[in-house]
Amino acid sequence: MVQRMTSPEELRSYRSILQGATDGDKPSISICAGTGCRACGASDLVDAFESRRRELGLSEKVELRATGCHGLCERGPLVVVHPQGICYMNVTPDDAAEVLTQAAHGGKVIERLLYEDPLTREKIPREQDIPFYRFQERVVFGSNGKIDPTRIDDYIAIGGYQALEKVLAEMSPQEVIETIKRSGLRGRGGGGFPTGLKWEACRRARGRERFLICNADEGDPGAYMDRSLLEGNPHCIIEGMLIGAYAMDSREGYVYVRNEYPLAVSNLTRAIEQAEAYGLLGKHVLGSNLTFHLKINRGGGAFVCGESTALMASLEGRVGEPRAKYIHTVEQGLWDQPTNLNNVETWANIPIIIHRGVDWYTSVGTEGSKGTKIFSLVGKIKDTGLVEVPMGITLRQIVYRIGGGIPEGRRFKAIQTGGPSGGCLPESLLDLPIDFDRLQEAGSMMGSGGMIVMDEENCMVDMARYFVRFLQEESCGKCAPCREGLQQMGEILTRICEGAGKNEDIGLLEALSRTMIDTSLCSLGSTAPNPVLSTLRYFRDEYEAHIQEKRCPAKSCKDLISFNIDPQACTGCGACLRVCPAEAIAGEKKKAHLLDPGKCMKCRACFEVCKFEAVKIQ
Amino acid sequence: MDLEAIRKIIETHGYQKASLIAILQDVQAKMNYLPRKALLQISKSLDIPTARIYEVATFYKAFSLEPKGKHTLRVCLGTACHVRGGARLLDTLENLLGVKAGRTTRDLSFTLETVNCLGACALGPVLVIDDRVYGRIRADKIESILKKYR
Repeated sequence: MVQRMTSPEELRSYRSILQGATDGDKPSISICAGTGCRACGASDLVDAFESRRRELGLSEKVELRATGCHGLCERGPLVVVHPQGICYMNVTPDDAAEVLTQAAHGGKVIERLLYEDPLTREKIPREQDIPFYRFQERVVFGSNGKIDPTRIDDYIAIGGYQALEKVLAEMSPQEVIETIKRSGLRGRGGGGFPTGLKWEACRRARGRERFLICNADEGDPGAYMDRSLLEGNPHCIIEGMLIGAYAMDSREGYVYVRNEYPLAVSNLTRAIEQAEAYGLLGKHVLGSNLTFHLKINRGGGAFVCGESTALMASLEGRVGEPRAKYIHTVEQGLWDQPTNLNNVETWANIPIIIHRGVDWYTSVGTEGSKGTKIFSLVGKIKDTGLVEVPMGITLRQIVYRIGGGIPEGRRFKAIQTGGPSGGCLPESLLDLPIDFDRLQEAGSMMGSGGMIVMDEENCMVDMARYFVRFLQEESCGKCAPCREGLQQMGEILTRICEGAGKNEDIGLLEALSRTMIDTSLCSLGSTAPNPVLSTLRYFRDEYEAHIQEKRCPAKSCKDLISFNIDPQACTGCGACLRVCPAEAIAGEKKKAHLLDPGKCMKCRACFEVCKFEAVKIQ
Repeated sequence: MDLEAIRKIIETHGYQKASLIAILQDVQAKMNYLPRKALLQISKSLDIPTARIYEVATFYKAFSLEPKGKHTLRVCLGTACHVRGGARLLDTLENLLGVKAGRTTRDLSFTLETVNCLGACALGPVLVIDDRVYGRIRADKIESILKKYR
């Protein structure tokens, strides 16, 4: 433990000591211990590596590090051996000894744990050569794999808090705001509002005090980059907020984080304690006049609290209902004081802009959207995970080059971006360059960066109904257009999925959508029709098939399909009979089985287990 | 009903009205639900009308006014899990347990809940039992998983 540091110079010399002590050639093993890999058993894996290392007498020779999320969650738990950067996947505790020995003595790479290219079947040893990583630009997210989030020294050693040093030693608050403005950084939470302008407005606003908020109420289903940043690199958020505090003259900040993210809360809590002990947070940061306190607030599980005014109401201990924003929150926000709220990823971009400079930052991205964006690439895709790409990359590059395409030879149907308020884009738009404005023009939006890939088995009417139901449950109920509109849309869409849709339903959905867009109080309501409108725009034929022919083209809507067993194809192996939870299947061994449609729950268990494609869906 | 424990929770939050949500979270964590008596006591100690506490307790999903079962099953209905069959998983569980989402089985052994996204999207569809995450669940695996908890 070091003493409280009282000047930027002190931090600088401490960093060079840390860097001098690290031997770049010493073998070290990074084990991903993010939430995704933990669900695959990463915690046991870390224990196994530690005990094997002790048993093999390698404690001095090989360094071990439990890091945050590396991104390729599909193949977790992930283990990377440095300095070579060899990436092992789906590693189990039984592999620990072998990996340790290989790392220590530089033996042969362990073939069976390597990434295999789905097309060429070629084994790829090094992380940086794997297509999933090769086509990314991991500016913000890249440090995750290099540091142990519970050790502040790890962050300092890779250059952490350097931007804070620079700001305190060389820049005026005005210059910081100017830099952020010129960088063109836009809010990563979804709104895309220019961050620098927001900061400037907050700095100018009059009030007793100013508050900073980090919005980590990542409620968009299918998006988890904010959680992975908070878990894997909490100090970069703290550093970003400190720079903001200096620029906007704020003394108090809050991180509002979802209660469903326990690991993020614990890693951030520890990071705050460490930063305080080092004199990087609290009174007189690094001996300067900057004083900044940071607190964590856990959310109560309400999607609408991701909306800025609802979040502030929740911070004040009230129900999270938004208010009309005639007066912006930068003027009157938390406790009616000027408040600047940015999302996790936005804060994480700040130190990078300051440290690497505006010229470098603006060289990445498109005219209207600078820098990179982290997306969570999930759904029907081979390599699921978190990807960071420069703005302006096409959807096709993300889906096929990085994500490896659609599994099991099925066809791509749509990609959903922007969370529940976003839209579904069809195959014809795969070459769309992604940035804030282009996505909006196409009827979707950037949102916080969820990208859900859908294949031919996903019904688009059902998707629209899914999002409408989601929002219906999450609507706070304050304004009528959102509360009632979603209720009605939900009923209409359910009716269509159940085969009871009427011809006028499509027109009715469009009329309801227009009313909600024009009259809802906050953006939850005014963007809620997006999933309906975008599916109507690109997949109208599916709606028509449901309404006119009572048919679900994707064979997904339960009320429009039935299951049966093809006696010609059935070998009588009994697999379906054993898995059926409803006991709807009967038959003798080696004779064709029979399925009783009256008992069938349509759970698809038989369909998934049948190796002979004898279970048919009609 | 441990009223002393509740007093302590309120005390650690410094009797702050703004900490209402955090206090309720701590009570819920300790008691597994929000008993009526606890809400009345919080109301008195913080000088907040009971109606307002009730408003907060029913607005946020994290709170429950009813006792929960011994094991909590949470089915992720995030988008990524949905496209991989999360809703079907819920259907099957509802059928097997004989309760709808949000309810507790009569023998108080299971509470079936849904959650909007756990951020384990790569593993969808995801089922969480207590704190253990089960990924890539197929209908045919459910019975054997439930057996461990029966």
